[in-house]
Amino acid sequence: MTEELHEIRLRVNGIVHTVSVPARRLLSDCLRHDLGLTGTHVGCEHGVCGACTVLVDGRPMRSCLMFAVSAAQHEDITTVEGLAGPGGEPHPVQRAFAECHALQCGFCTPGFLTLIAGYLEDNPDPSEEEAREAVSGNLCRCTGYQNIVSAVQRAAELRTAEVVGGPARAAEEAPAPQPHSEGGHQ
Amino acid sequence: MSTRLLGAPVQRTEDRRLTTGGGSFLDDLGSDACAAAFVRSPHAHARIRDIDVMDALDVDGLIAVYTYDDLTGPMAEPLPLLIPHPSIIDGRTPYALAREYVHHVGEPVAMVVARDRYAAEDAVERIRVDYEILDAVVGVEKAMQADRIVHEGMADNVAAHLVQEVGDAPAAIGAAPNTLELDLEIERSASIPMEGRGVYARWDSARGGGLRLYSSTQTATGVRAAVAAKLELQLGQVEVVVPDVGGGFGLKIVHPWPEEVMVPWAARQLDREIKWTEDRREHFVASAHERGQQQRVRVGFDDGGRILGLDVQILHDNGAYLPYGVIVPIVTSTQLLGPYKPGAYRVEFHSLYTTTAIVTPYRGAGRPQGVFAMERTMDAIADHLGKDRVDVRAANVIKPDEMPYDQGMLFQDGRPLIYDSGDYPKMLRMITDLVGWDDFEEYREQARAQGRRVGIGLACYVEGTGPGPYEGGHVQVETSGKVRVATGLTSQGQGHETALAQVVADKLGVPMSDIEVTTGDTRRMGYSVGTFASRGAVTSGSAVAMATVRLRDKVLKIAADALEADPGDLEIIDGRVQVKGSPAQGMELGTVAVLSNPLRYAFDAASAAATQFSGAADYDRPPVPEDEAPGLEGTDFYSPLRCTFASGAHAVIVETDPATAEVRILRYCVVHDCGNLINPTLVEGQVHGGVAQGVAGALYERMAYDEGGQLLNASFMDFLMPYASEVPRIEIDHLETPSPLNPLGVKGAGEAGVIPASAAIAAAVEDAEGFRIDQMPISPSELFHLRRRHARGEIASVPRRPAHRSLTKEN
Amino acid sequence: MKPSAFTYHAPTSLDDAVRVLAEAGPDGKVLAGGQSLIPMMNMRLAAPAVLVDINRLPGLDTVRVDTGGVRVGALVRHTDLEDDAQAARTVPLLRQGLRLVAHPVIRNRGTTVGSIVHADPSAEMPAVLALLGGSMEVRGPSGTRSVGAADFFTGPLETGMAEGEIAVSAYFPRPAPGSGTAFVEIARRSGDYAMCGVAAVVTLDADLRITAARCCYISVAPVPLVVDMAEAVVGAVPASADLSAAADLAADRIEPEDDIHASADYRAHLARVLTERALAEAAEAALRETAGPGPHTTGIGAMR
Ligand SMILES: Cc1cc2nc3c(=O)[nH]c(=O)nc-3n(C[C@H](O)[C@H](O)[C@H](O)COP(=O)(O)OP(=O)(O)OC[C@H]3O[C@@H](n4cnc5c(N)ncnc54)[C@H](O)[C@@H]3O)c2cc1C
Ligand code: FES
Ligand code: FES
Repeated sequence: MTEELHEIRLRVNGIVHTVSVPARRLLSDCLRHDLGLTGTHVGCEHGVCGACTVLVDGRPMRSCLMFAVSAAQHEDITTVEGLAGPGGEPHPVQRAFAECHALQCGFCTPGFLTLIAGYLEDNPDPSEEEAREAVSGNLCRCTGYQNIVSAVQRAAELRTAEVVGGPARAAEEAPAPQPHSEGGHQ
Repeated sequence: MSTRLLGAPVQRTEDRRLTTGGGSFLDDLGSDACAAAFVRSPHAHARIRDIDVMDALDVDGLIAVYTYDDLTGPMAEPLPLLIPHPSIIDGRTPYALAREYVHHVGEPVAMVVARDRYAAEDAVERIRVDYEILDAVVGVEKAMQADRIVHEGMADNVAAHLVQEVGDAPAAIGAAPNTLELDLEIERSASIPMEGRGVYARWDSARGGGLRLYSSTQTATGVRAAVAAKLELQLGQVEVVVPDVGGGFGLKIVHPWPEEVMVPWAARQLDREIKWTEDRREHFVASAHERGQQQRVRVGFDDGGRILGLDVQILHDNGAYLPYGVIVPIVTSTQLLGPYKPGAYRVEFHSLYTTTAIVTPYRGAGRPQGVFAMERTMDAIADHLGKDRVDVRAANVIKPDEMPYDQGMLFQDGRPLIYDSGDYPKMLRMITDLVGWDDFEEYREQARAQGRRVGIGLACYVEGTGPGPYEGGHVQVETSGKVRVATGLTSQGQGHETALAQVVADKLGVPMSDIEVTTGDTRRMGYSVGTFASRGAVTSGSAVAMATVRLRDKVLKIAADALEADPGDLEIIDGRVQVKGSPAQGMELGTVAVLSNPLRYAFDAASAAATQFSGAADYDRPPVPEDEAPGLEGTDFYSPLRCTFASGAHAVIVETDPATAEVRILRYCVVHDCGNLINPTLVEGQVHGGVAQGVAGALYERMAYDEGGQLLNASFMDFLMPYASEVPRIEIDHLETPSPLNPLGVKGAGEAGVIPASAAIAAAVEDAEGFRIDQMPISPSELFHLRRRHARGEIASVPRRPAHRSLTKEN
Repeated sequence: MKPSAFTYHAPTSLDDAVRVLAEAGPDGKVLAGGQSLIPMMNMRLAAPAVLVDINRLPGLDTVRVDTGGVRVGALVRHTDLEDDAQAARTVPLLRQGLRLVAHPVIRNRGTTVGSIVHADPSAEMPAVLALLGGSMEVRGPSGTRSVGAADFFTGPLETGMAEGEIAVSAYFPRPAPGSGTAFVEIARRSGDYAMCGVAAVVTLDADLRITAARCCYISVAPVPLVVDMAEAVVGAVPASADLSAAADLAADRIEPEDDIHASADYRAHLARVLTERALAEAAEAALRETAGPGPHTTGIGAMR
């Protein structure tokens, strides 16, 4: 009872791959084990944790809740390995995470990075509250989220500065303001 | 211009790889390995009558199936009891695969090896186990009643029993003018790192055989010793490498797990690479939990609120087995005392078997329960006397001039419970200032006028950190000038690579970018204990500091010889050794490394300088002087006399919804003292993460077992780990009272954030609601029912609290 | 947690899809967004032998808005419907409900029709369909038919669809003129399925008196439960409507159960609280609707 294999073409981070997979191969496993892109992590395989989040045609989605054969219907998949710019310069959100100490063990990080990269495309200037809401669908067990929320705003700043004045200008920007602390959150 | 790196908020060196997908976690390794999966018990307690694997055998991709009957020698014996303690009456540990009985849902019964995890699960699904179902024992009351017994051959369910006494507490309570009795309970929760457990083994049959084992663990050397013993290998035949680890929080200190011996054992049997990556469902039922504990407190106190006698009875749920001994209730018993002097103290615990997942330390390790008992007691005393809650604490804290303070007990490391340093009155002042304790009544009135209910609470803790026996550090300068650092303990996100590099950079005088740190690799440091009990910075930090000082001495000696200068006149700046005041006179560290290793053969220009005809030699001594070794490296070990005691206080303001009983945290304030800070950013990160787990344990997370021992919420849909939307913003103030016990003056910071959260949040909810909260966590549904019972007069009100403190800030 | 093997079809025409599904019989399942089905498959709680992936079917990813209401194709993702400004203007309850469905990342993939077909009694979009009296267009071997919401939801995870049928679209009628809607719920964490949720529609006449009011309840009954509130509130102006009488009507009809997150009593309590909140919010929206665009200050504070 050998399983039927499907030959699929997946465009990941701009590169077209052809792989043979059984229909039940999850996209997360296909990326990690068939394509060797192990930056996409797996933390629950039931859609809650978000460690497996990738951008599918620019939209963040759970790669553990998609079969590779279905994913092949899409134009383009971006994983954490593909966030950097063409010259290898880190994406603003990658820089912001390091600057703001928004990661500890780093296991959840790729999922947050892809999520936020996708989010900032539509919401270039989120308030603290919006930033918190934006990352509220992914789990992190280490950081308590505070620095992740700061990193969203910092990434937005860096991104805007890059768009306006190029990367050099962005680096000169002041560090992310510490949002004031009274009154809790929503 | 040497800027101090110790204490600076340096950005982490780990982050480059971790933000680009370049990390290597356990499941990222071994792309060609076969996959393991386990048949696990669906029952809480049962006898295995028969295992039928026939149906599985024709699964495409199946490689092997193993059951207990395949195991021989030490593999057929129970796994070790890691921390024996005299209080243990009958210490049961599991077999690598269940032998005849299973004692909790999730216990491994058979192992499947297959081409990949999909095929392995196909086979698991087809293996039929015939069970005779036995009685489940869930909860400490049932366990204590002992009309159902977990382990065959035992008369009751008591795994361990211990009484510790300082003075005569019952007498002191009997004589006290005021007494109270309280039942205080914390439910089960768990570490739940985002990455589960995982093991990957490679067997090399050449030359007598050798094992390379990768494990997502908190102890490389522990796993090596345990696996070597099980597989009857010499330590030298086993290498354990710990890759990036996606969080541990205590859970991954347990070793060897059943899977951790089965995977290498099968790799040797089959002579194939095998990997097991735990999935989330397995993690919930088959790893480990903590926290579940009932505590009865009797306390006697004077009219000033000073405790005269304290008597605590603890029922501790240790789950199905006791592989990690009784560390958790021992920690509760001792750390319950917090920053206070209890007068006479008696504590007794029963550690009980239940047919549920094992219980081993989870960040905080018994302290959250102990602090809950003590701090809820403090609030009850205050209410009994009509005093302010801060005043009662101030009346009981140890004063700085009483340090070091001996609590008169033995701590979890088997050494005296002596607090080394701390300033608890100042800590209380700082937390009340930070949260605005004295202005709260005004705020409460304003809120009340708007129909809102708010409350404030606080809780203090003391945490023994950095226990021994020891850790080591090895620091080596390469001829390139790069510095390689190794310590044996492992990292799960604490940022050891950065913090230890800061120590080396600071003590040696080299740039951070030239330092590379390795943790948890027995090939680089074979002597080590592990990462637990907030000990990384204290033990490895100190060991690396000491090794660096040794190395520096050697650098200066060799350079002084070469430069014909006095070692005392030399300094190391930015990786260059030079004469103080005349920097032109000096040499690069790399050159010193070349000189430290006299050579016969040159392989490049730099090495030529160390060959025998390259320069003036002293013919009166051998090329490598006596008592010296070639190479530029230093190794040292730090073995603490005893723990160093960190401390802190949290204050919380909550709002409870009058209609829906939802609890919202409006402010969360932390005062934290972990001695000198190596890197304040990293410490704050630890506090944030700890507080998030504390809030989780107070308001969201629990392990919901039913009476039959089924875990009802074994998924992230139902185990409510908070998202960013549930975790409040955290305000932190640091207090730094250095530890006199170690060269860096540091104390551990890893666990602190989680410890007082349940106590502080319970206090705040109680303050908002006006009735006592004695059990955590609390959900809106539970608060709703408490309200009803309060309205019916079934639970007492807390008296209206005084608006002002009597003992004020001069304390 | 890996799914069992299955035979995979990704037809490119609806007829093919219906045929393949019919051939598969009881072993066949439709795969839409996969956000409910794949978690169950990963846990091997579902193990269909044949999976018919409808994501390649043409023409099903459109939202059609006319004066009567909004028709949502089977491949319209929650996010796309939420972002559709015209749909939100015509049937504001769509966006009000969608914002409560999971988190955006799930909504990026999950389909609204799939959610309705899945018929989880805690899900929001089945309640939206039920409250508005919408219908499902389903295609089977014997052709296309329309099933009204009242007949569609037959039990937890059970619908009036027959084996071999594929849902092609959902139709959400626009509420009567002068109506306002609201969706309120209490969940443990953001994005979780609610412990209780209430969708409400309130219709006012020109005198700003309530002419119709209905609520739909999730997580307190085996199906999205619609309760007509007319008896309690019709004829009143919003500010003086007897919301607790409305809550009584709900209390009589719901059948909450205990689970690990909430007791039945607590859910019943929430149903009361949320009935009042939902009706108040819906009435507020109706007042805004009746007043037309522009600033509006009629006090409805008394309703809260
Ligand atoms: C973490 C998480 C949280 C969630 N939280 C919520 C929440 O709070 N509220 C909520 O409402 N939902 C929630 N969901 C579910 C989500 O809304 C799903 O998108 C939705 O339930 C199913 O839509 P789908 O397109 O993904 O369907 P699928 O998962 O593909 O299918 C679901 C079921 O419907 C059938 N089906 C789907 N489409 C059709 C069709 N056109 N014809 C016939 N049969 C069909 C499938 O065969 C299957 O049985 C959550 C999901 C996750 C993973
Ligand atoms: S692994 Fe996909 S959401 Fe957790
Ligand atoms: S950094 Fe460890 S889980 Fe987020």
